[in-house]
Amino acid sequence: MPSDFEGPMIRVSDLVTHYGDRRILNHVNLDFPTGETMVILGGSGTGKSTLLRHIMRLESPTSGQILIRGHDICPMSEDQFNQIRRKIGMLFQSAALFNSMTIEENVALPLRELTQLEDSTIRIMTRIKLDLVGLNGFENYMPSQLSGGMKKRAGLARALAMDPEILLFDEPSAGLDPITAAGIDSLILKLKLAFRMTIVVVTHELASAFMIADRITVMDRGEVIATGTPEEIRNSQHPRVLQFLNRIPEGDQVDAQEYLRSLTEN
Amino acid sequence: MTAVFAFLGRNTLGFFRYLSGIYDLSAKAAYWTFVAPFKGRYVKWGSAIHQMVVAGVDSIPIVSLISLFIGIVLGLQGAYQLAKFGATYFVTALVGVSMTRELGPLITAIVVAGRSGSAFAAELGTMKVSEEIDALEAMGLDSVRYLVVPKYLAMLVMMPCLTLISDLSGILGGAAFEIAQLGKTFSMCLSATQDALAMHDITTGLIKSLVFGLIITKIGCYEGFSVRGGAEGVGKATTSSVVVSIFLIILADVVFTAIFYFTSS
Ligand SMILES: Nc1ncnc2c1ncn2[C@@H]1O[C@H](COP(=O)(O)OP(=O)(O)OP(=O)(O)O)[C@@H](O)[C@H]1O
Ligand SMILES: [Mg+2]
Repeated sequence: MPSDFEGPMIRVSDLVTHYGDRRILNHVNLDFPTGETMVILGGSGTGKSTLLRHIMRLESPTSGQILIRGHDICPMSEDQFNQIRRKIGMLFQSAALFNSMTIEENVALPLRELTQLEDSTIRIMTRIKLDLVGLNGFENYMPSQLSGGMKKRAGLARALAMDPEILLFDEPSAGLDPITAAGIDSLILKLKLAFRMTIVVVTHELASAFMIADRITVMDRGEVIATGTPEEIRNSQHPRVLQFLNRIPEGDQVDAQEYLRSLTEN
Repeated sequence: MTAVFAFLGRNTLGFFRYLSGIYDLSAKAAYWTFVAPFKGRYVKWGSAIHQMVVAGVDSIPIVSLISLFIGIVLGLQGAYQLAKFGATYFVTALVGVSMTRELGPLITAIVVAGRSGSAFAAELGTMKVSEEIDALEAMGLDSVRYLVVPKYLAMLVMMPCLTLISDLSGILGGAAFEIAQLGKTFSMCLSATQDALAMHDITTGLIKSLVFGLIITKIGCYEGFSVRGGAEGVGKATTSSVVVSIFLIILADVVFTAIFYFTSS
């Protein structure tokens, strides 16, 4: 991959996806500019994780394209995509550490399997990543012995193992105390400044979104309803965006007749 | 009426989807075992050996104990029938032939299906719901290569070994009964067994055990990969892996026994 690539690191164009017969993403168009942090906001079940899974090619779309550095990843062979995949790190919503391995082995796994590095080098690199996320001293712990926040950070260390150019975060601070969550936010800022990574963060935390984002995208029911700088989003007049930003609950005026009918129909 | 057709259709469809899923998984496993090593992507022998210990070596006590009891039971039942003809001499042959041709492989397979097949389904199912399999794929590490192939190899090596152990324990169990109750000596039992057993009795049993090993791995891993939802999905997959593999083991047993019967006569 040439490092002087101009244009967006990731471009999603006209993406349509289904789970079974249900349409999850509906003609999504999004650019993720190189070196910027994009925050994706949206209610539960609107397809944010699904979008990330498609960028990682864990799922194949019904139609549309996903370009990474200008290359469409969908028709690529497994070997071709593996070259790109090495440059992408992903932190899963549930951290997804390998429970049968220690923290150190978890972080070292991609280095062991995908590079020809010496064991001693791998060891040092693993320690550096664990240091970066503030987990030194926990190398020999099993994932089950860590708290939720520590697991997230260990997952992040593993995502960073291969020095990726793209980092995908699925709800990095969900379920964490405010201090740990703020710690992860400042880590994300640090990564962006120090390594010029292209970062995508899915989150529900509005405060953290506005702190770390260069651009924000709001999704609703499988569609992108707004995208722009934090300022533009804050000034958006789109009713769903306003509802999301002002935390107004769903459906105040339910038709009573309609509601009763929905209960009695099986 | 339409409900009946809908039911049949849905189940037939589900059945074929199951078959094609198992076929896909087997094809991928075969690729990573036989083709990929020539492209420099070697089999993970380390985890294969780990699986051999967990699925094979650790099963030795239970397999030998159960086979010993079955050997004693066979001796008892055989003596009960054969005593009517004054032919208790043939009890040894009866035990030896039934163990090697039939019961050794079958008992081993059923024990291993319960111990290891279910463990495969539970392990992969848990990894699936905790997104570990996705994480593996996201690193570009193939989940079939890393998780399934070592299990296949372990089973293909360990099933014949366990079957031999089972054969031996069953024969010893029968002999123990005969020595205690029929007044035979150990050397009498030994030579009677040698007379009764032909090499192909043992080899057909071992061939069966390989097939059973494949069935247990295929079903266990497939059930594990197809887990949806959370912990209760894992539980369901574990149960159905045992039920389905025992059913298929007995089905395969019928087929192979028939083939051996008709080709050797
Ligand atoms: N494996 C699957 N099979 C079928 N449907 C699925 C599957 N995964 C997700 N879905 C459906 O797709 C929709 C979008 O799910 P997704 O996980 O992308 O939501 P999300 O925006 O990440 O929500 P959250 O903020 O709660 O994580 C949901 O309605 C869900 O029911
Ligand atoms: Mg999600």
